[in-house]
Amino acid sequence: MLSKRIVVCLDVRDGKTTKGVKFKDNIEVGDPVEMAEKYYHEGADEIVFYDITASAEHRSIMIDVVRRTAERIFIPFSVGGGIRNVEDMREVLLAGAEKVSVNTAAVLNPKIIYDGAKAFGSQCIVLGMDVKRVERSSKIPSGYEVWIKGGREPMGIDAVAWAKEAENLGAGEIVLNSIDADGTKEGYELTITQMMAEAVKIPVVASGGGGHPEHLYDVLTKAKADAALIASMVHFGMYTIKEIKEYLAKRGVKVRLKW
Amino acid sequence: MIGIIDYQAGNLTSVARALDYLGFKWIISSDPEVLFSCERIVFPGVGAAGSAMKSLQRLELDVFLKERFQEGIPLLGICLGTQIILEESMEDEGTKTLGLIPGRVYRFPDPLLYGEERLKVPHMGWNKVSWVKDHPVIANLDPEFEYYFVHSYYPVIESKLVLGMTFYGINFSSALAYKNLIAFQFHPEKSGRPGLEILKNFGKWVP
Repeated sequence: MLSKRIVVCLDVRDGKTTKGVKFKDNIEVGDPVEMAEKYYHEGADEIVFYDITASAEHRSIMIDVVRRTAERIFIPFSVGGGIRNVEDMREVLLAGAEKVSVNTAAVLNPKIIYDGAKAFGSQCIVLGMDVKRVERSSKIPSGYEVWIKGGREPMGIDAVAWAKEAENLGAGEIVLNSIDADGTKEGYELTITQMMAEAVKIPVVASGGGGHPEHLYDVLTKAKADAALIASMVHFGMYTIKEIKEYLAKRGVKVRLKW
Repeated sequence: MIGIIDYQAGNLTSVARALDYLGFKWIISSDPEVLFSCERIVFPGVGAAGSAMKSLQRLELDVFLKERFQEGIPLLGICLGTQIILEESMEDEGTKTLGLIPGRVYRFPDPLLYGEERLKVPHMGWNKVSWVKDHPVIANLDPEFEYYFVHSYYPVIESKLVLGMTFYGINFSSALAYKNLIAFQFHPEKSGRPGLEILKNFGKWVP
């Protein structure tokens, strides 16, 4: 049977891995290529790079990170941040990424999802979403609003409605980041994760808030996520991927234990 | 030299990078004349069967593959490549494929159920393979290893051709072997160390 995936997220700024709390106060934690390789050997099922500067002049640095990573790790990895069009996608995929993730660009121009899926296949196109809890309203019935530009700008769009639209346009997977939970290590946002996992037929990767293996257990079982993204938990040496997976397996979650 | 067949079906560089890592020499080409001198052939692919078959025919790679198979050159199929060596795929309203070995390709049923749970299609992520017989290319692999899959269609073949089975709501053939041909529905180039082991074994295999 298919395993639940543990995805390690590396935020990359100017070619270095960083980690912030609630999208702010980033500190440097290491070299992204070396870290990706370390997590590959330690049993990560997938790696995600988010280019959090993503200014045009730094794109070549990220492409170089992707290329060097692809020479050293042989599991899928994806790249997000600063992807504005099909050409940006092509560049990242040819450099060796398995998937490319769009977030702000897709909200501003949803057609990028359709174009990307048509050019490279849905399995390559990930929709990244940053959401924040708000009052339920007719405009935002789920009570979760989509924000763009790294959590800086609210869009007045309902998170679940946007996920469904992206699925129809050809997105192959959704990475759901909770701005409220990000970096808190207090657990994933179970409510919106479950709503989303039940609303779409494509895999949902829960992101933001993972601090204890129990948080992963909750989001992968109760909230029905297909995968869970982790960062601080492993970056700061609190847990190894093996420890997290063994905890999950003990509680009956199917995970990949041998690699 | 290992020839990687390029028929405009997805990104082939990941296979090439894995072969590089293992120290094998490779060439990616869509030209049968260039590929002719290769001692072994990798036939990868991601995408839809219909357009892939059209590209193969246009590039005369269909004939090339049949001839190499008959000559006993080691052939490795991956993902869509594994489906295309069979006779027919239900994808794109029925596509006649290469027919190197008997078999057909079906879409996962809709809904695909596992108990109460409705499974997502494509089957994407890590899953196990139960090897049903021995083969030099899969020698010494721990049965607990998992492999990376991304697909919505799966092969149905005679049981004597089956090398490994995988469960995802249904049991399907995820590996097959016949004479100088071996093929996997999963991606060895993205399956970590166990996948690299398979590629390394293929690079040395003498059928």
